[in-house]
Amino acid sequence: MSNNPATNEPGEADIRSRRVGLSLAWLVPIVAALVGLSMLVGSWRDAGPTIEITFDTAGSLTPEKSPVKYRNVAIGEVRTITLSKDQQNVVVAVDLNKDAEAFAREDARFWVVKPRIGAGGVSGLDTLLSGDFIAAIPGTSETSANNFRGLETPPPITYDEPGKRFRLRAPDLGSLDIGSAVYYRKVRVGEVVSYQLDPSGEWVNLGVFITAPHDQYVTSNSRFWNASGIDLGITTDGIQLDLQSLTSVLAGGIAFETPARAPAAKAASTDRKFTLYNDRTSAMAPDKGPAHSIHMRFGQSLLGLKQEAPVYFMGNEIGEVTSVTLDYDAKQQTFPVVVDARIYPRLMGQAYDQLLETVGDEADVDTSKSPMATRLFRQLVDHGLRAEARTSNILTGQLHIALEFYSGAQNAQGSITPDNPDQILIPTQATNLDKMQDQLTSLLETLNSLPLATISSNLEGSLAELQQTLGAINDEALPATVNILQGMEELMNSMSSTLTSAEAALSPNSPERQRLGLALDEVERMSRSVRELSDYLRRHPESLVRGRDEQGRGEFSQ
Amino acid sequence: MTPPTARELHLMQCHRCRLVCARASVSDNAEHSAQYNFRQSCQRCGTRLHARKPNAIARTWALMIAALIFYIPSNLLPILHTSALHHDSTTTILGSVVALWRADAWDIAVIIFIASVGVPVTKFLVLALLLITVQLGNTRSRRERTKLYRLLELIGYWSMLDVFVAALLAALVQFGALGAIEPKAGILFFGLVVILTMLATLSFDPRLIWDSQPKNEQ
Repeated sequence: MSNNPATNEPGEADIRSRRVGLSLAWLVPIVAALVGLSMLVGSWRDAGPTIEITFDTAGSLTPEKSPVKYRNVAIGEVRTITLSKDQQNVVVAVDLNKDAEAFAREDARFWVVKPRIGAGGVSGLDTLLSGDFIAAIPGTSETSANNFRGLETPPPITYDEPGKRFRLRAPDLGSLDIGSAVYYRKVRVGEVVSYQLDPSGEWVNLGVFITAPHDQYVTSNSRFWNASGIDLGITTDGIQLDLQSLTSVLAGGIAFETPARAPAAKAASTDRKFTLYNDRTSAMAPDKGPAHSIHMRFGQSLLGLKQEAPVYFMGNEIGEVTSVTLDYDAKQQTFPVVVDARIYPRLMGQAYDQLLETVGDEADVDTSKSPMATRLFRQLVDHGLRAEARTSNILTGQLHIALEFYSGAQNAQGSITPDNPDQILIPTQATNLDKMQDQLTSLLETLNSLPLATISSNLEGSLAELQQTLGAINDEALPATVNILQGMEELMNSMSSTLTSAEAALSPNSPERQRLGLALDEVERMSRSVRELSDYLRRHPESLVRGRDEQGRGEFSQ
Repeated sequence: MTPPTARELHLMQCHRCRLVCARASVSDNAEHSAQYNFRQSCQRCGTRLHARKPNAIARTWALMIAALIFYIPSNLLPILHTSALHHDSTTTILGSVVALWRADAWDIAVIIFIASVGVPVTKFLVLALLLITVQLGNTRSRRERTKLYRLLELIGYWSMLDVFVAALLAALVQFGALGAIEPKAGILFFGLVVILTMLATLSFDPRLIWDSQPKNEQ
């Protein structure tokens, strides 16, 4: 650089150096562009997969706002919410974060978290203020997917909690719901995670989840029962009130326990099936063994015989009534009541085993148990086993079925009904009450036929005569009797004086007594003389003829 | 008609101490010397002397393009993150304008719209217009263009309104769980846009508007 104004050459050099400086200003937009570009690339690289989830309704999801969360951490965001083409569903497009690829797997699950207020508690309350969001569970599958079907209800186990799932089979759901607690010794150890009707429609299949440290208490022998609510039952035993903890009363619950008498059992494996009993008593009852249905036809009305009424065999409860239906007998034009019952022969205890042995000896063709029991009962029926409906509770008028032996029972055939080989037909006996009624009726009829009017008039005459007789006795016999009594009194007096004199005569100082003593001495002396005489006679029998010799002459001279 | 300019008289004023110096010109070519300045220092304070702002057009272009680039993320990225009782939301500039408008606060919405959209866009358009006309040597309505330049200088910092609003909100609304506002990246880019446009305005030399006349006459 030169300041010399006369020459042009240094100026040229300056121009070049300035040109380099000129491009320096352009660094600013270049840097800006680089920054922008890096952001673009960064966001492109950070962009995770975009997935579509189909829901029934969108709830209060908002596009570009509602997050997708896992363990309460946002892993993505709802981008758009559109209706499906057939307008039956809502398609929610979700932009997942880059690190949330595990949620774009085939078996990932998504559901909308809404506030849920149930008896079991309140959940998702935060969504009241923040709006709904989508919760997710990552999948483990290898194959990735972009289309998902959202769950309408939250899955039971949201995160990979350690624990075990078990399946319960219940006759009905009761007041249970998803989220109902499972108690072990009244400690909450798990919850109901699912329920659905059995395809057969006869059962409800429940899924329960027991969290990790507690799942070891579920053994193969454990019994589950429905611990919900207040159980007020009027049974033949009377009124029974069962009350669980207040939470389970409100929200329902399941309890389980392992019977103490059960042999040491190992922890049940996951997905094991259990039966859900209605109450603790039935749950903890000993193993009933296989059930058999028996079939009875009663000729009389069975008002008061309900389902689940007990069936007693010789006083032992061995089953329950399953149905009471009315039949029509066209021949006799009667309406027999058909009672079906389920019995558990094993409840007969020892007796059953012994009986089985005897039956087993007779026929060893079938080894399966049900025909065995059938045969057994047929045998018992041949021996006079009859079913009878008896009143078990006078107050409620409830009936039960009693199976007992009647020696006088007519030989009815207890046969296997053809349609069901397992069913056992047991002939019936008229009820005690019925018999009593019959007897009463006949008694009344007899009473009715008695000639009561005649009897009563005769009776009246007899009574009048009796009265006369009594009057006569009163007038005549009575004075005589008084005289007799007076005579007797005198007699008694004389007897008394006699006794007094006798007593005086017998006193030790009386002369009679002294004389008696002397007399007795005399007798003693006499008997001694007699003995001497007899001795002398034995030694000298000839003395009777010759007389005695000189020594004894003076003494015994006769 | 018009009195001679300082450059025609070969004079330069020091920007710092306002001393008028004689310009040592390399050539008589005014345009040449206007574009390529020599390093000449003020006799009094030693500041470098320029007849015109150095590289004015290129610098303005560069800064303006940089501002334009940053204007994109400043509008796309959220500027504020509001959290109040589990209600989390992030707002972009336009989003907040829409939200305010919907909330019947149309006056504030208009102010924010002018400050964040109207002003920057005006600046970009005016700067581009000025630069292009200067580069083309257009001599028409030079007075109006000078007025436009003055307008640029005037409105330049008003765009900072947004940045200040965001900064104030972020500083004031900190109620923990009840509510909190924090600035996001968008506001940073917006601030950069404002600064870059102001710099671009500064680096433009309005005298260039008037310089084109001799060129035309030549």
